[in-house]
Amino acid sequence: MGREIMSEIKRDHIHKLISKGRRVDGRMWDEYRPISIETNYIESAEGSARVKLGNTDVLVGVKSVIGTPFADTPNKGVLSTNAELIPMGSPNFEAGPPDENSIELARVVDRGIRESQMIDLEKMCLEPGKEVWMNFVDIYVLDYDGNLFDAAFLGAVNALKTAKVPMEAHGKGEDFMMPIRCMPISCTAVQIENSILFDPSLDEEKVASARLTVTTDENGDLRAMQKGLKGALTIEQVKSVIETAQRLGGDLRKLVG
Amino acid sequence: MGGNSDVKLIDDNGIRIDGRTVEQLRNIKIEAGVLKNADGSAYVEIGKNKVLAAVYGPRECHPRHMQNPAKAIVQCKYNMISFSVNDRKRPGPDRRSVEISKIISEALEYVVFTENYPRTSIDVFIEVLQANAGTRCAGLTAASVALADAGIPMKDLIPSIAVGKVNGQVVLDLNKEEDNFGQADVPMAMIPRTGEVVLLQMDGHLTYEEFNRALEMGTSACQIIYDLQKDALRRRYRVDAEEDPAEPETESSQEA
Repeated sequence: MGREIMSEIKRDHIHKLISKGRRVDGRMWDEYRPISIETNYIESAEGSARVKLGNTDVLVGVKSVIGTPFADTPNKGVLSTNAELIPMGSPNFEAGPPDENSIELARVVDRGIRESQMIDLEKMCLEPGKEVWMNFVDIYVLDYDGNLFDAAFLGAVNALKTAKVPMEAHGKGEDFMMPIRCMPISCTAVQIENSILFDPSLDEEKVASARLTVTTDENGDLRAMQKGLKGALTIEQVKSVIETAQRLGGDLRKLVG
Repeated sequence: MGGNSDVKLIDDNGIRIDGRTVEQLRNIKIEAGVLKNADGSAYVEIGKNKVLAAVYGPRECHPRHMQNPAKAIVQCKYNMISFSVNDRKRPGPDRRSVEISKIISEALEYVVFTENYPRTSIDVFIEVLQANAGTRCAGLTAASVALADAGIPMKDLIPSIAVGKVNGQVVLDLNKEEDNFGQADVPMAMIPRTGEVVLLQMDGHLTYEEFNRALEMGTSACQIIYDLQKDALRRRYRVDAEEDPAEPETESSQEA
């Protein structure tokens, strides 16, 4: 992912523009591509969202099934996040078991949702120690043009927020909306030379040396972070990314219904 | 087939539970060129089915030993996403999707001029986003539009539809309830120009007369779907005469 070959001429072009403080598609360094979110896209899912972030296209769905809780959390529902980089999405995605890229994507999204305690999992318990709701958040990448982390995260929180727990279908009483406690938002930036760019496109990801994803809550508090790629960030860059993520997170949160 | 004919799926006036007559298709929407990365793509909605198809290739044939020095091979992967059905489906291929992938690959290979691209693979990916009976037909319908969108020379498009038997009557384009409680299901696909059948399966119980009736209904439905497929491609590649007079590329392609 993002490690494919790229023509030198394109690479030089991106570098040259960045040294002048510009980006290939004319965006500002902290500007996101156009975002569209369609919730309740799939009727067979408890909740779903199709997110387009520029040309990146991600479909996220939530399915809830009844299962047994983990022994150490007998009174809590279960949350499980899975990402599929299906071969439809990019010439470089291959069919088969999840590779390291899709596992990292799923785990970073999962961490943001879990650590922010977005879902009140105690309300997802039917009978302590015996029956709880197990919620599967499945992420499918339909078209890959960079910044899967933020597209998938927006998809996941939107799908969860609009999800209805199917109590009736299981003869357990009335359906209820997924118990949401807060609305975390993730913002991802990459470093190219010494510049920081938010919402990297695929071309930008290909030349990037480092990546940082920051997940914040409504208060601007940090809930999860992930540094990726082989380069290094300075302390100043880390701080700058966090401060910008706090500001941009507020803007992006308005897009969540 | 459940074969449970106690469930009343067609009323005394011949109207089905979704309001259709026995010879009526569900609403169909076809769009070509919906993805950026893929060389060709298409989106198909048939009733509540939502299916995406993407084509990559002709490109290097991946398991090398599958290469054919004389022609291209068509490799289709049909997949249902985990939340496309009511009970969550475990991600990854199962025996059903492997079989469907195989028959769709074979149907497509027949229409593609594979001898034009020796040693290569034409990869077709079908993702069922939402399933409501008839997904393999929707998938094949989408896949052939995606191949055309990828600019791959073909004999013809392949429209596909399922016909079945419900409450003792032959009906067109089964929905989920009819598929679950009906008495027969016949997915089929044909080449409209020649009338050749490139996909045909059947399960359940039909008399020979009923099968002939089913085939007849399917044939005329394929013609309707064929027109929708062509219309989707026309919409995708229409060049308006007034549009972009400054764009030299558009102009020259019009002259050509």
